[in-house]
Amino acid sequence: MSYIAILLTFIFINNFIFSQFLGMCPFIGVSKNSENAIGMGASVTFVTTVASVITWAIYYFLLVPFSLEYLQTVTFILVIASLVQLLEMVIQKISPALYKALGIYLPLITTNCAVLGIAIINITNGYNVMEAFTGGLAAGLGFTLAIVLMSNIREKLDLQPVRKAYRGVPIAFISAGLMSLAFMAFDKSLITNLHLV
Amino acid sequence: MSKMKELSKGLFKDNPIFVLMLGLCPVLGVSTQVSNAIGMSAGVMFVLLFSNMIISALRKIIPASIHIPAYIVVIASLVSFIQMVMHAYVPSVYNALGVYLPLIVVNCIILGRAEAFASKNTVVDSMLDAIGMSIGFALGLTLIALIRELFGSGTITLFPMGNFSGVINIPWFYDNPIRVFSLAPGALLIMGFLKAFFDWNSSRKKDK
Repeated sequence: MSYIAILLTFIFINNFIFSQFLGMCPFIGVSKNSENAIGMGASVTFVTTVASVITWAIYYFLLVPFSLEYLQTVTFILVIASLVQLLEMVIQKISPALYKALGIYLPLITTNCAVLGIAIINITNGYNVMEAFTGGLAAGLGFTLAIVLMSNIREKLDLQPVRKAYRGVPIAFISAGLMSLAFMAFDKSLITNLHLV
Repeated sequence: MSKMKELSKGLFKDNPIFVLMLGLCPVLGVSTQVSNAIGMSAGVMFVLLFSNMIISALRKIIPASIHIPAYIVVIASLVSFIQMVMHAYVPSVYNALGVYLPLIVVNCIILGRAEAFASKNTVVDSMLDAIGMSIGFALGLTLIALIRELFGSGTITLFPMGNFSGVINIPWFYDNPIRVFSLAPGALLIMGFLKAFFDWNSSRKKDK
């Protein structure tokens, strides 16, 4: 699979929010204003990209040689948790400005399904290291796209007369459903039609 | 009385799906068929019960500074266990759940209950809490799956037993399925409407 095909797959066709439902909690929780949404999106993209490469390396250089594949889940979640901690410390040292912007979102990312999800999907799809990197990047970008679109819609919705029972989370879900309907236009045939396979 | 309360609060008052809004990824992802919903609920119930039990038993031993990694190790080991069991005995459910099965590890319900309840309460209370919460989770998930499968394909898929193939066809709906319900947008729309209904219901009770 070419890299452009992987990018298109995870950003549009199998968008993590709109078709896989990975990372739903921050998508609903942190999408109230667009500034936070961009921060969350950037942090998630960063972590999915780095985590994809590292979990790939650990799987193929540590788990496979010792035939410990069944420890995949335990290892990956521990690696992701420590990676997030490490990144938090590194960013704090290197760039306090970036830390200020992303700092509050980083601890939340450990329990974000999107990160563990892409790590496992990379392995299931049998990607090589560059494909895993692209997959991680694309999954993060797809998440960012979804959460930024959502936050803009929710900012507009705050000004609209919405019935009391629907205010807040329910209307957010319904808007997400309608967006997901629009995203269904991106189909697997897109990749075949563009001759990317 | 208080023991009953620990058990029943998860069903409606603190329902993990509709009130606490925890663990939504698997709820939306696997609710295309009733049988998947039941498989997922069983997995969550097993992991939640044992993680609450183990964590509350160890609550005085685990140092506070590393409690989150310790909880994650306990939960991840239980998830690996259930993965292997499902792979061996119900491979069809294992394949249908796909990536969502290992993702039980990061399901907020389990870590959330460990942190909020099991780390502070006795083993028996934590077990009751886990049972209540997982039944609440199972009810919510099965409800969504039932609606999606009924309208989306007009069938109700259970597990095959003896002569029974496991699939019940619902007469009128089977000929007139509304496909969008079983696709991704349907999950989000139904979740929105059900959440609105539960919010409306709880606010109506408060007004009385």
